[in-house]
Amino acid sequence: MTDNPTNTLKEVDGPRRDFLLISTTTLGVAGVAIAAWPFIHSINPAKDVLALASTEVDLSAVEVGQAITVMWRGKPVFIRHRTEEEIASAADVDMAELRDPQTDAERVQKPEWLIAVGVCTHLGCIPSGQNLGDKRGDWGGWFCPCHGSAYDTSGRIRKGPAPFNLPVPPYAFTDDTNIVIG
Amino acid sequence: MKHSTKSSNRLVQWIDDRLPIFSYAEANVIAYPTPKNLNYWWNFGSIAGIILVIMLVTGIFLAMNYQPNADVAFASVERIVRDVNYGWLLRYLHMNGASMFFIIVYIHMFRGMYFGSYKAPREILWMVGVVIYLAMMATAFMGYVLPWGQMSFWGATVITNLFSAIPVIGDYIVVWIWGGFSVDMPTINRFFVWHYLLPMILVMLVVVHLWALHVHKSNNPLGIDIKTPQDLMPFHPFYTIKDLFGLGIFMIFFLFFVFFYPNFFGEPDNYIPANPMVTPPHILPEWYFLPFYAILRAVPDKLGGVIAMFAGVLILFVLPWLDTSKVRSAAFRPIFKQLFWIFVADCLFLGWLGARPAEGIYLVLSRLATGYYFFHFMVLLPLVGKLEKPKPLPSSIFEEVSKNCRTKED
Ligand code: HEM
Ligand code: FES
Repeated sequence: MTDNPTNTLKEVDGPRRDFLLISTTTLGVAGVAIAAWPFIHSINPAKDVLALASTEVDLSAVEVGQAITVMWRGKPVFIRHRTEEEIASAADVDMAELRDPQTDAERVQKPEWLIAVGVCTHLGCIPSGQNLGDKRGDWGGWFCPCHGSAYDTSGRIRKGPAPFNLPVPPYAFTDDTNIVIG
Repeated sequence: MKHSTKSSNRLVQWIDDRLPIFSYAEANVIAYPTPKNLNYWWNFGSIAGIILVIMLVTGIFLAMNYQPNADVAFASVERIVRDVNYGWLLRYLHMNGASMFFIIVYIHMFRGMYFGSYKAPREILWMVGVVIYLAMMATAFMGYVLPWGQMSFWGATVITNLFSAIPVIGDYIVVWIWGGFSVDMPTINRFFVWHYLLPMILVMLVVVHLWALHVHKSNNPLGIDIKTPQDLMPFHPFYTIKDLFGLGIFMIFFLFFVFFYPNFFGEPDNYIPANPMVTPPHILPEWYFLPFYAILRAVPDKLGGVIAMFAGVLILFVLPWLDTSKVRSAAFRPIFKQLFWIFVADCLFLGWLGARPAEGIYLVLSRLATGYYFFHFMVLLPLVGKLEKPKPLPSSIFEEVSKNCRTKED
């Protein structure tokens, strides 16, 4: 089309048309961006998933030296009833040696109960060490078979590629032997 | 209208020399020559395209939380509405979107009938449209089964049983469709697969539809051919802005239902989980199938009813050859124009009858309305084309448009 009427119109009232074009485009882009949010948010955890986000555990049957694994938000949580030696070795650490420095006292509410999310902070495998015969690595905590990360009896990273300690989930003792995680 | 864009941007030019997407967009969207005189009835195609996109996007996100399993499907849909973030919005957009899709497409089709858009050289464009309509009906039917409520279940049972009317092999076909001896677990699973697949095929059909459209360009309210470039305008900005304006009005209408009456088009019984032991007292298809449902029930014979119903849709394929008039637009066909509106009324009446019980006076009226439906296509259209004396046609679109402008200025 040679005699394009748009061109003629542009000459007539160019600035007005530019204003209309830019404001329409801006409004349109903003509208689409706002409309995108419900779609993006719809694949975030739904209310029923969030409602499952706490787990109650009865600890009374767990003997000293034993450990149990419970499920919280689809992930394993390690609960270890630590022995005197384990507590002592967790406390007796030079902070300078640690990759992710944290004292044992910061990581427990009651020294005999270590509670940590049992997911290796490297790439998500589950470290071994919950059962007595399991490989526990050189620090007597846990050992991740995937790429060889070793954790101590406080769940802190000591060796291997993992960058952080096993995270401590939020939990509370409802009485002496019962906890709620999450 | 093939011209390569000589862009000042060297990257654009580089890409365009290798893959001419920019000149393609220029030729088909920006400079695309469009008759100057299109009215608002020409908005409905673009609106239909946008609803298709809305259906795809809402559908894909619903599918991320929907479970095609007879034991949990109903609960999964309820979970979408109650627990999933904005799940209610996704579902109501999708549910009401289906109804909007049909409203828009029905208007689009009646537009084609009124302005004779199905006539030469646009027969294949029209026929591709009918295929799109069939694919939409299949998609919507299978989508309605997915929430697995009472209407889902019994609608699926009744509609699939239509195929049992086929002599000899009918029963085998129905079992084959079900994947069992009733609508059940295998059925919902495969319906979900089809419901996901067919819209993708719809997208491809729409591309073919537009391909055919761009060969001879849009018809127009005068129904006369494009003669000179003066009859035309570039699509952008004139029709992009007109389409956007229409879209805005449509979205207000659509969202009014989504936000204020989300279940207006639905059936309360579909909020009762499917029960294969109890049929609800009044089972009804979705509103957009009602005219054909009325035709089905008007015929007192099982096979006959099914044939009449399918014929009611399939007759649209041969419409271009049933209408013998060479004049496209009803504006110049005084008799056809009246018959057109009677036909529209007949379709609406059939739709109303489809929702009444199939007995007494309703049955009689359904038979009359069904008879008239086919009479319109098979007798009136061929005859009127021959007998009617059309009004004189304007010499060109440009002439007519300029004349109107002059009268307005006076
Ligand atoms: C041509 C486009 C489409 C039409 C006409 C259509 C129609 C329908 C209808 C009528 C329903 C039942 C609504 C209800 O009562 O809940 C439905 C449900 C559903 N559709 Fe579609 N649909 C289309 C495209 C899609 C696409 C592309 C997807 C996924 C890719 C999809 C996924 C779903 C799902 C998961 C449901 C069940 C959830 C629910 O009931 O809300 N749909 N569809
Ligand atoms: S995932 Fe545990 S060391 Fe890599």
